[in-house]
Amino acid sequence: MKVKKIKVHKNSFGYRLRKDLIRNKGLYLMLLPVIMYYLVFCYYPMYGAQIAFKDFVPKLGIEGSPFVGFKHFEAFFDSIYFARLIRNTLSINFFCLIFAFPAPIFLAVMLNEVRQIRFKKLVQTISYLPHFISTVVIAGMILEFTSTDGFITTIATWFGLPKQNLMYNPDLFQPIYVLSEIWQGIGWGSIIYIAGIAGINGELYEAARIDGAGKIKQIFHVTLPGIKPLIVTMFILKVGNMMSLGFEKIILLYNSSIYETSDVISTYVYRKGLVDMNYSFSTAVGLFNSVINLILLCIANKLSKKYTESSLW
Amino acid sequence: MAAERQEKVMLKPGKAERVGSAINIAVLCILTFITLYPFAYVVFASFSDPVAFMKHEGMLLSPVSFSLKAYRQVFTNPTIYVGYANTIFYVAVGTLVNILMTTTAAYVLSRKQLLLRRPILLMFIFTMYFNGGLIPNYLLIQKLGLINNRLSLIIPVAVSTYNLLIMISGFESIPVALEESARIDGANDLTILFRVIFPLAKPTIMVIMLYYAVGHWNSWFNAMIYLRDSAKMPLQIFLRDILTRNQMGAMNAGSDIEDIGITIKYATIIVSTLPILCIYPFIQKHFVKGVMIGAVKE
Repeated sequence: MKVKKIKVHKNSFGYRLRKDLIRNKGLYLMLLPVIMYYLVFCYYPMYGAQIAFKDFVPKLGIEGSPFVGFKHFEAFFDSIYFARLIRNTLSINFFCLIFAFPAPIFLAVMLNEVRQIRFKKLVQTISYLPHFISTVVIAGMILEFTSTDGFITTIATWFGLPKQNLMYNPDLFQPIYVLSEIWQGIGWGSIIYIAGIAGINGELYEAARIDGAGKIKQIFHVTLPGIKPLIVTMFILKVGNMMSLGFEKIILLYNSSIYETSDVISTYVYRKGLVDMNYSFSTAVGLFNSVINLILLCIANKLSKKYTESSLW
Repeated sequence: MAAERQEKVMLKPGKAERVGSAINIAVLCILTFITLYPFAYVVFASFSDPVAFMKHEGMLLSPVSFSLKAYRQVFTNPTIYVGYANTIFYVAVGTLVNILMTTTAAYVLSRKQLLLRRPILLMFIFTMYFNGGLIPNYLLIQKLGLINNRLSLIIPVAVSTYNLLIMISGFESIPVALEESARIDGANDLTILFRVIFPLAKPTIMVIMLYYAVGHWNSWFNAMIYLRDSAKMPLQIFLRDILTRNQMGAMNAGSDIEDIGITIKYATIIVSTLPILCIYPFIQKHFVKGVMIGAVKE
């Protein structure tokens, strides 16, 4: 009897969903722990981010704390640190995009030209290594090498810099940071491009050679166009992670005498929140950061859709 | 095809091409040296005599008057053993939880017949680009009573969306026919996952396992904010204390108190990184495979 009634709405979503849930009960049950994980550890904090609009009092809890609107956001925009944080965040990211992003592409193209297979393998293996060393060790090494007696400081004195602790010179933090990013990421980042280049049709090179194209021309007219969609995708992903990137490393590297050039939004969120225990204010700054990040991702995606046809969604 | 192309290139390289290729190889050699040298320096410094090392300046090409003093000091420090034991615990238990959660989720989400597959996937992927932030996360851990609890380093990082996506595409590449024959024999989903999919997807699972394990081994931030007792701290926290402890002292150059421990710092780096360095040559091709699987997905 009931079956007949439902049959009428056979194609309605509700009907199909119910049927799907019953038929695949076991599968959905298997997925339940992971769905719970995402709800509790990813979505509940998003709900908790509402304390950015409240004056959070632990006793009153997230819901009970008094609503204050945009007070914390305004305080942040008016603070003397606002301009500095935005400037540092943008400039570190900008230099990373200009220098650290293309580095793996260069490496991949260079490796692709190597015919000695064993040499190529060796270079690749070594170049991935820094990716697996912990941030703590990398930061510790940088701090030690750039200390007054460190070997990087010695090399710097060859180029006319005074003997000093480089990490206490505000002008040097960003260059050192970006160089260390290149050093850490160039090998690992190149894997995906090497794979991309390997997928390019060999006949294209053949045709280019018949047309008299040399190695350099082949790189610019066959190799790079061949991995263009890949480059675009990686670029969008990079932009989408811009605002949070490098946060752990900066916390380990910086010190109060170079905040001027090293303090970025995410490190400020950490200090305000977990050091000064200014929960609501810190959450407001963090939310500002996340929203900007999301907007950047959307813009990058839209632009690439418009100009290159490849996009994330 | 590709081999043919290579052969031709090798048979008649023009002069310009030979010079270009030589420059290419030279640049790669320099890059490799730059990548490797900092590690070599750490090794040399750790085997140096502390006093001789202090007097030395600039690059090192071998240990300055070879000595094992630094290592002897490191191994007499009991905290390093505590850190090691804790880290092994976090890596073992954490990775086990990761793999159980990731494989079950990947199995379900690789079933194309599910109506809610896409919405659930989108719900997961969205968290890669947006999160509640540091403090809401911290308050959640507090609310759950996980502060200063070892579980705070395991449960909040139980699933990585990125790894889950790689696992899903790994599972999707397994032919459905194998699974169907198991189903006809009366196997349920759990049996299929552990008896059919697991053996077939072993390479992918290995890669993801290694990703997770290295992540646990290297992580320090959650331990710093969630844990209080030094008895529960992982190795990375002890490392951070040792490596950055003297930074304030370094400000007044000339004070020599801070220099005493420098070779110990280097020896500690070696001792704590050795496990990764030892297994690295054997596993690096698996890591690379993981990136490839992820790339196919995109």
